[in-house]
Amino acid sequence: MSSRFDRKKLCLSFGAILLILLPMLASLCGEPYLISLASRILIYALAAVSLDLILGYGGLVSLGHAAFFGIGAYMVAILAHHDFEGTALISWPLTVPGSDSALIAWPAAVLCSGLLAAIIGALSLRTTGMHFIMITLAFAQMLFYFFVGLESYGGDDGLTLFSRNTLPHFDLSDDTQFYYVCLVLLFVFLLLASRLVVSRFGLVIRGCRENDKRMQSLGFPTYRYKLLCFMIAGAASGLAGALIANQIEYVSPGLMHWTRSGVILVMVLLGGTGTLYGPVLGAAAFLLLEEILSIYTEHWMLYFGPLLILVVLFARHGLYGILAGKGKRYG
Amino acid sequence: MAEPLLRIDKLSKNFGSIVASQGVSLEVFPGEIHALIGPNGAGKTTLLNQIAGDLVPDSGQIFFDGHDITRLPLYQRSHLGLARSYQITSVFPQLSVEENLLLAIQAQRGHSFRFWRRGLSIPELRDDLESSLERVGLSERAEMSACNLSHGEKKQLEVGMALACNPRLLLLDEPMAGMGPGGTVELSKLIRRLKEKTTILLVEHDMETIFALADRITVLVYGEVVTTGTAEEIRSNAIVRHAYLGDEDEAC
Ligand SMILES: Nc1ncnc2c1ncn2[C@@H]1O[C@H](COP(=O)(O)OP(=O)(O)OP(=O)(O)O)[C@@H](O)[C@H]1O
Ligand SMILES: [Mg+2]
Repeated sequence: MSSRFDRKKLCLSFGAILLILLPMLASLCGEPYLISLASRILIYALAAVSLDLILGYGGLVSLGHAAFFGIGAYMVAILAHHDFEGTALISWPLTVPGSDSALIAWPAAVLCSGLLAAIIGALSLRTTGMHFIMITLAFAQMLFYFFVGLESYGGDDGLTLFSRNTLPHFDLSDDTQFYYVCLVLLFVFLLLASRLVVSRFGLVIRGCRENDKRMQSLGFPTYRYKLLCFMIAGAASGLAGALIANQIEYVSPGLMHWTRSGVILVMVLLGGTGTLYGPVLGAAAFLLLEEILSIYTEHWMLYFGPLLILVVLFARHGLYGILAGKGKRYG
Repeated sequence: MAEPLLRIDKLSKNFGSIVASQGVSLEVFPGEIHALIGPNGAGKTTLLNQIAGDLVPDSGQIFFDGHDITRLPLYQRSHLGLARSYQITSVFPQLSVEENLLLAIQAQRGHSFRFWRRGLSIPELRDDLESSLERVGLSERAEMSACNLSHGEKKQLEVGMALACNPRLLLLDEPMAGMGPGGTVELSKLIRRLKEKTTILLVEHDMETIFALADRITVLVYGEVVTTGTAEEIRSNAIVRHAYLGDEDEAC
């Protein structure tokens, strides 16, 4: 019991140190390109951890998580677009200009995706199981087609950012600084989430995963709890979206396509559902394998698929379970 | 007599062509242990489900402490003071024993929109938790996943969760079933002790336990109340003996 606990701590410390030192290691190896790949991993990790909150802890399989990711990204891009053009985002009843400041755009992205999650959640959480999957998927696809048709923001072609957002005392266009901003945000979210899942709120969420009816019979209005959890996850995914817009300096409807939701879901499954840290591993494994395998073949999914099946079949808590020891309850 | 704590008035419920409750009327008075007996499929669980709010009746009314709760949402009933245990144990299998009990406790302590402190480490809740664990004899098992408990222990936990709700009316659905003789004796003692604090509606098959514990007994057959009376009255009721207790009783 205690050795397993230590092993978990060891893994987490090792992972944290690796992530902190990574930019230095990358420049030592003379591969600065790695830093931007690593940033991408951190950003997807944030989205995957947020999905794990509702999937692993809440037991709600959402196939629409990329909707929040995409909205966050578009929020940043649209604000930057208006700022660049010098036009107003909203001109009535009050004038709201665009902005290229991270301190405005990122909270706006979080707020907007959180609100979207409130709407989607309010409707989808009235159902469960297959219906829930289909409704989240349907909403995400609706949003996808909405942005495809939104010609004023590039439609199908998407929007290119003139530059990354500005942040006081930081230069986000510097890949290393941008990496550390992503890393801090991921660490903060992991800290908050790791408190959340053992808090009274988290216990209610885990109870709902096991038996919703029983929770109600104990006196919990479960719908409200699940809705808030869904909103928290959506908001965090929106933040990840704001970061990805900055990282690739380009947004397109593809960011919220259902296949993107699938990718985030696969990261969670691969890393280990209900483990919180596992999805970070999942994101890293997925993106690294994509990077490596796609050098050799464009059909890299052909090789990735069987691997995923093996992990999901044989490792109950995914890669994280393999590394940090199995048998322990994480949820 | 005092006002009934629970009053059921002509409750009916069908599942397709199956009549599970048929004009059931019943009163449970404060402080009593009221037993509900009847053969398999008589509709005991279905009646409990309607009182607890897991099922909505087709017609009829349920009053708790004077309030009409017939259509009250499930989660609001526990705040009025209703708690139940399920016939099919429904503890939370992946949560630890103490987490299971903590859920029942925190449900009674205002909302749970609390995000930072670890639930299990909160001193005010911890005290209640320890006594809840002790009450059902699961202190040793506190950190174990509920799914790893034995069948009897799960039953104990199930009852413990209902008790942790501090109910005014406790609905127990065959709490003794599958518990083994030792557990049955323990639980009987516990139920008798609880009588001081709470009113109990008890569904049970074990007639010995019923006659030992219950102040009044209602007999349900095919969804209908056959009779209600004290243990002696029920024991000597001819219809009941015929319909439920069976003829071997007559031989004694
Ligand atoms: N959800 C349901 N759907 C359809 N029929 C049901 C349902 N629940 C119960 N029934 C039927 O209603 C009748 C009453 O069932 P109930 O479970 O209330 O009986 P019971 O008295 O609790 O029996 P037991 O002693 O076996 O627990 C039975 O015929 C049962 O098959
Ligand atoms: Mg029953």
